[in-house]
Amino acid sequence: MRDKIFKRILVGCCILILLVCAGMVYSLISGSLSAFQHYGFFNFICSSEWDPHPDREVYGALSFIVGTLLTSFLALLFCIPFSLPVALFTGAYFRGKKIATFISSIIDLLAGIPSIVYGLWGFYTFRPLIIELGLNSQGFGILTSSIILAIMIIPYASSLSGEFISMVPNELKEAAYSLGGTRLDVIRTVTLPNAGSGIFASYILALGRALGETMAVTMLIGNTNNLPTSLSDTGNTMASIIANQFGEADGLKLSSLIAIGLLLFGITAIINLIAKFIIKKFNG
Amino acid sequence: MNNLTYRTFKDKLFFYLICTLASLTVVPLFAIIWELIQKGYKQINWSFFTETAPSTLDAMLARSTGDIIPGGIANGILGTLLMVIIAAIIAIPTGILVGIHLSEHPKTKFSNITRFITDLIQGSPSIVIGIIAYTWVVKPLGSYSAFAGSVSLAIMMLPLIVRSTEETLKMLPGSLKEAGLALGASYTSVVLKILLPSAFGGLFTGILLAISRVMGETAPLMLTALGSTAINWDVLEPSSAVPLLIWEFYNDPNLIDMIWSSSLFLLLLVLTLNLIAKRIARKWKIQ
Repeated sequence: MRDKIFKRILVGCCILILLVCAGMVYSLISGSLSAFQHYGFFNFICSSEWDPHPDREVYGALSFIVGTLLTSFLALLFCIPFSLPVALFTGAYFRGKKIATFISSIIDLLAGIPSIVYGLWGFYTFRPLIIELGLNSQGFGILTSSIILAIMIIPYASSLSGEFISMVPNELKEAAYSLGGTRLDVIRTVTLPNAGSGIFASYILALGRALGETMAVTMLIGNTNNLPTSLSDTGNTMASIIANQFGEADGLKLSSLIAIGLLLFGITAIINLIAKFIIKKFNG
Repeated sequence: MNNLTYRTFKDKLFFYLICTLASLTVVPLFAIIWELIQKGYKQINWSFFTETAPSTLDAMLARSTGDIIPGGIANGILGTLLMVIIAAIIAIPTGILVGIHLSEHPKTKFSNITRFITDLIQGSPSIVIGIIAYTWVVKPLGSYSAFAGSVSLAIMMLPLIVRSTEETLKMLPGSLKEAGLALGASYTSVVLKILLPSAFGGLFTGILLAISRVMGETAPLMLTALGSTAINWDVLEPSSAVPLLIWEFYNDPNLIDMIWSSSLFLLLLVLTLNLIAKRIARKWKIQ
């Protein structure tokens, strides 16, 4: 009898999680409905105008979608030359050694630093550097935020891909060594191709992280509602426009912001699903 | 022969390149910690933990005379504690129960769907979860509140705890459960009195990591808890939190010195929790 109740409770909690997710999707859709009805779904996505003036009130999400995708993909690009070496260091060269554990636990701590602290560091230490180098007169913008984003996602990209690299079977590597390959040859021709799809998946997961990052980007991107055209341009991402304007919003503007939230939720969900699908295939 | 030297040279070069880049990656962590300590240690004193955040005027006066800014972040510390505790009360039992179900029935369709949904929630951006908590709690109650903040943090903690519980329970040997059942213990007592206590270390690690993860969250709290200048025990009133205070200080040029000390405090708190969790995880794995 007691067992039955206990099992019911277990199932009940699972159903609760399903309900939470269903409720999230429902609230986002019902909140954004009036914006989509007013502007039309495709118009909303394809318009880059954002004019909160009470007489006009035109809202479109394109600049923010572009801003989000641009910063995230740039961050991904910038993080590869660092996260791949870390993954090779911990997964191939020093696999199982103490130094590998040390490095990977320090990199893991990078993931623990709150987003707002990254933002501060970027603002007060990194931004002056950008100005000094002459990359950007103000120091704000797409480039600055992507570099900080890149540092933030290094741990996500490197820890998982390091695991996949260390999972490459020893027999394969030994076979390559026995044919006279150097360590570089083995990594290039055996390890990387074998762990390839796993590494790819971990980078997609890292991309998902970058897409949703809010605070650090909000502090560094400059918060202007225009379509970014170059790396030194300021802009806004989907997350940063919500963080900046949600507090004072109501009516159509609130609905538009929730609609942007829905789009962001959809994009990250798709990205995460792709990564999970690849990992599942990789693991057999 | 020449070819061989060239190849070994290339191999060596690549190896050193990897080592250099990998060690460079460690730099930001120490750079951030160093900067926070250097700029923030002055402000950390007794009143930092007992007094509320100073007003702009007080801070400006103190700055003009070269003093340290009076006041502290007690309202933020209390708000963070309250919100994290309520979030933990909501998320930990639910998460552990779901984790038990997933590890007991790993292959059923229902479990697969639950696992999929858990991943979906875990992947969703924190700001979106903030919007959710706003529509679920702030709008119906008509006011920003610490409770709304807790709800958003609880949604973020839930998937982390589910996954860590499932992973930990999966690692326990099946003989443990069989021995309990063979002795005539009921299924409920086997799970609650044998499986959960043996998995305690892993569960505790998961809980600590989840707490340290949500403790530094700012974005969802901006949409839910809003912030408050006074010490506030009422969970249905707007409340402050350490990351929210950092955001306020950041927007007020007079309070700039307070940014560093509160960030230092937050960072040390989060990293300590992280390190303790990893330590427990390592010890537990050896047993």
